[in-house]
Amino acid sequence: MTNSLLFDFTVDKAAKTVFITREFDADLSLVWDAFTKAELLDQWLAPKPMTSKTKYQDFKVGGKRFYAMVSPEGQERWAIQEYTSITPKTNFKMYNAFADKDENPELPGSEWDHTFSEQNGTTKVSITIYNESLERLERILDGFTQGMKMSLSNLENLLATLSSKERS
Amino acid sequence: MEVRRDVFQAIADPTRRAILLLIAAQAMTPNAIAEEFHTSRQAVSKHIQILTECELVKQEKKGREIYYHINANKMKEIDKWIEQFKRIVETQFTQLDEVLSTIKKKKK
Repeated sequence: MTNSLLFDFTVDKAAKTVFITREFDADLSLVWDAFTKAELLDQWLAPKPMTSKTKYQDFKVGGKRFYAMVSPEGQERWAIQEYTSITPKTNFKMYNAFADKDENPELPGSEWDHTFSEQNGTTKVSITIYNESLERLERILDGFTQGMKMSLSNLENLLATLSSKERS
Repeated sequence: MEVRRDVFQAIADPTRRAILLLIAAQAMTPNAIAEEFHTSRQAVSKHIQILTECELVKQEKKGREIYYHINANKMKEIDKWIEQFKRIVETQFTQLDEVLSTIKKKKK
């Protein structure tokens, strides 16, 4: 795989906005599908060892995707994405908010804007994320790192048990 | 209802950013800070209060005077969150690269 694919990540703290640009070695329609179809999103959105599952998705303006990030221990962190604007294979916008398992959103959420363009078989995706509060960013991280932390503490317990057995 | 101040809200305001810049250079009393701005002392004091509430600014008593100085740890904390978020996004996109290349291989 070529490593010359662009990755740019900047944060404007004052504007509460994160800017991300990334190139992918695939044509636009495939990358568009990977960002907009639940069955593909579930394959890459959750950083391993976490997994992602979508309960339902209705990809149209006003439609939603209701999904969860699942930790290796089975703990679920639900979120709702509501699509606010869609220009096929060019741009889509959504409002993302954490939720409980009964789909009650926890506001405020964040506004996501995705723009797609293709040049010579490489597709560029530009994402801006507007967060109303930094606390939310902290919570996004908590959700992601929870799974990892639990795995690590399990490992620690296992190691402690093993080493105490060795001693006795 | 008490609303917990958050850091983004604190630094979204230009006056508060200016205050942070000022006291980053040296600890200052509220009066000295107010003299730098063309607003009322009360307005400046409100800004300082918000900065203190979200722990970007710490106060220290020296004799009868209160000095405000920047809380570098809190500023670092923000950068740490951002760095972690960046790493998660990188991980997600590396996973997406794999998904894309698998799909492309299947098509051929």
